[in-house]
Amino acid sequence: MDKKVIYVDNNATTKVAPEVVSAMLPFLNKFYGNPSSMHFFGGEVARHLERARDQVAFLLGCDSSEIVFTSCGTESDNTAIIGSLEALSGNRKHLVTTIVEHPAVKNTMAYLSKKGYRVSEIGVDRQGLLDMNALKDAITEETALVSVMYANNETGVISPIEEIGKIAKERGVLFHVDAVQAVGKIPLNMQKSTIDLLSLSGHKLHAPKGIGAMYIRKGVRMRPYLIGGHQERGRRAGTEAVPNIIAIGAACELAAKNIQEENTQVKARRDRMENWILKNIPDTSLNGHKEKRLPNTSNIGFEYIEGEAILLTLSKEGICASSGSACSSGSLEPSHVLRAMQIPFTSIHGSIRFSLSRYTTDEEIDYIIDKLPGVIQKLRAISPFSSKNMPSI
Amino acid sequence: MWDYSEKVMEHFFNPKNMGELKDANAVGLIGSIVCGDALKLFLKVDENNRILDASFQTFGCGSAIASSSMLTEMVKGKTLDEALLITNEDIANALGGLPPEKMHCSVMGREALEAAIKKYRGEAIHDKEEDESRIICRCFGITENKIRRNVVENKLKTVQDVINYTKAGGGCSSCHTSIQDVIDDVWKKELSAKAELKPSITVIQEKPLPLNNLQKIMKIQQTIEEEIKPALMVDGGSLELIDVAGNTVKVKLHGACSSCPSSSFTIKTFVQRVLREKVEAQLDVVEVR
Repeated sequence: MDKKVIYVDNNATTKVAPEVVSAMLPFLNKFYGNPSSMHFFGGEVARHLERARDQVAFLLGCDSSEIVFTSCGTESDNTAIIGSLEALSGNRKHLVTTIVEHPAVKNTMAYLSKKGYRVSEIGVDRQGLLDMNALKDAITEETALVSVMYANNETGVISPIEEIGKIAKERGVLFHVDAVQAVGKIPLNMQKSTIDLLSLSGHKLHAPKGIGAMYIRKGVRMRPYLIGGHQERGRRAGTEAVPNIIAIGAACELAAKNIQEENTQVKARRDRMENWILKNIPDTSLNGHKEKRLPNTSNIGFEYIEGEAILLTLSKEGICASSGSACSSGSLEPSHVLRAMQIPFTSIHGSIRFSLSRYTTDEEIDYIIDKLPGVIQKLRAISPFSSKNMPSI
Repeated sequence: MWDYSEKVMEHFFNPKNMGELKDANAVGLIGSIVCGDALKLFLKVDENNRILDASFQTFGCGSAIASSSMLTEMVKGKTLDEALLITNEDIANALGGLPPEKMHCSVMGREALEAAIKKYRGEAIHDKEEDESRIICRCFGITENKIRRNVVENKLKTVQDVINYTKAGGGCSSCHTSIQDVIDDVWKKELSAKAELKPSITVIQEKPLPLNNLQKIMKIQQTIEEEIKPALMVDGGSLELIDVAGNTVKVKLHGACSSCPSSSFTIKTFVQRVLREKVEAQLDVVEVR
C-alpha cells in the first residue's frame, strides 16, 4: 500500500509504536522460551514478563500482582464480569450497566440476563451523559455488580467513574470498568480509586492486537474464565503470549510518558479540526458532550447524507475514519450509542467519528480540512434531502 | 470494508444522471431519511410511453447510490412496460453483483421505478396496499406483503435473506419468528402445489357429495382466505367476498388489484378457476365495484 494514509480511526485500532516493535522483536526472534520452564532460557523470559507487568501496573497506579494478562479487551470484560460473579457468595442477582456499552459488555450482560440475572441499563441524555439519578436508584443491596465504561468508544464521552464507584461501595457492590478507550488518554490511579475490576486492550494504545489486561483489586475473588494451567497465578490459564505482553508493557510505559501530550497537543489538533468543521460546513453538529470527552475523539453529524457514502469518499482521498451509520457496519440500524442519545434522524445516519492519536500531525489536520467540504458537498448534491425540503415529522 | 465490485465503485464515485430532472413527468420516491436510505427517481416519458430521460437523487450508502445510477442508465430508451420488466436482480447483476447485505439497495431501485410508473399511469401505488397489510418489522415498518413479494421474487429461503433484501428484521430482531412464518408459508404452498401435480397413486378419488348452500358459502370463503388472497397479496392486491347467489360469486378487488387493468382477467382466469377447482365446477365469478 503506497497510498496516502491519513489515519484518524484510532478508537478502532492504533499504529504499533516503533519503540514497542523494537521491544517485542527479541521475543519473537531470540528469546522464545516458555516463562514456566525451569531452565535459564525460560527464566530469563519470565523476568521480562514481570517487568512488563510492572509497566502496566505503573500506568494504572496499582500493584503488579493486581494485573492479569489476557488476549484482548473483550476477554478482559468477559472474565472480569463473569469470573467475579461466579466467585461471589450470597444471592445477589441484579446487575447494573449502561445503554451505551461496547458489545463486549453489552452482550455479556444479555448472556447473563438469560442465566437468571436481572439487568438494569442506565440511559444517557442528548449529550451522552449518564442519568445519574436513575443510576443511584438502580444500585441496591440486591445488586451484584455494576459495569460502566470509562469513556465511550463512539463519542468519547467520559462517565463520572468515581461518583458511580462511591455509590457502588456504599451498597457493597462490585464495580467493573471497561477502560479500553480511556487507558493512556486519562490519568488513572487505582490506589485512590473505587474501581474493583478494570479492562484494557493493547491495540488501542499502540501495542499490537491480541493482547489485553485486567486489573483485579486485591481481595476481589475471581473464578478463572479460561481453565487450565497455573499461569497468571491461576487466574488465566494458557501459555503467556510473551511478545505481546512485552509489547503492552512497553506501550503502557510510553503512554505514561505521553499522557500529557494526549491532553494538550492531541486535544488541540482535535479541537482545531472540530471547530473548523462545525464553523465552516453547514448543517453539522457535535455528537457528545463538548468538555466531558476524550481528548482525541470527535463525532460529528453531517445532516442529509449517509455515513458509509462519506467514509468511502473520504477513503478515496486517503482519509480513514469511521461511522456509526447502519450501512457501514453491516447492521441495518445506526449505532445503539447515537440512538440512545436521540441524535436527530437527519444526522444520525451521517455521523462520522474522527479519532486522533499522538501520531496525527498538523499537516494531516490541514489535509482533512482541505478535502472534507468537497466530499460533503458532493454527497449533498446527490441527496434528495436538504434543510429546505425536510418534511416535518 | 465492503467488497464492492469495480462497477459499484465506478457508479458511486461518478454517478450517472444525478440530480433533479426539471421536465420530468414521472417521479417516484421510496424510503425515507429515518430509515437510512431514500431514492427519488425522475423519468421523462414521451407520448408513446417511452422513457426519454431519467435521473435520481439518493440518500444512502455507496451501493444505494450506485444502484440508483445504474437504474437510470438501464431505463433510458425503454417503454414503460419494458422498464417494468427490470427486476432488482437485474440491477444488481448490471453492477457486477452486490454484497448480500446490500441487496435491499437494488430492491429500492426496483420499487422507485414501479412507484414512478404507477404514479405516471395514475394507478394506486401498491405501497398503499402494503400499508393495509400487517406490519411485521416495526423497526423499519415493513409489511407482510412486501416480505412475501420479495420471498417469492428473489426465492429467499432464510431470515437473513429477507433482512438483506428488505431490511425487515434488521433492527431489534423480535420479528424473526414472524418472518420465518412467512417464508415457511410461501414455500409450503409451493411444495404442496408441486405435490398436487403428482398425486400419489394410492389415493382413491371419492366423488364428493353435492354441497348445501351454507357449506358452499363456507367453502368459498375458506378457499378465498387460504388460496386466493395469499396469491394476490404477492402482487400487493386483495379480494373480498361480497355475496353468493346460487352459482354466482360476487367479489370486490382491493389494493393494487382494484386499479389493475387486468383485474377482470384475474377474476376470470385465476379466482374463478381456483373456486371451480376447489368448490364447484358450475361457479361463476363476477366483480362488483
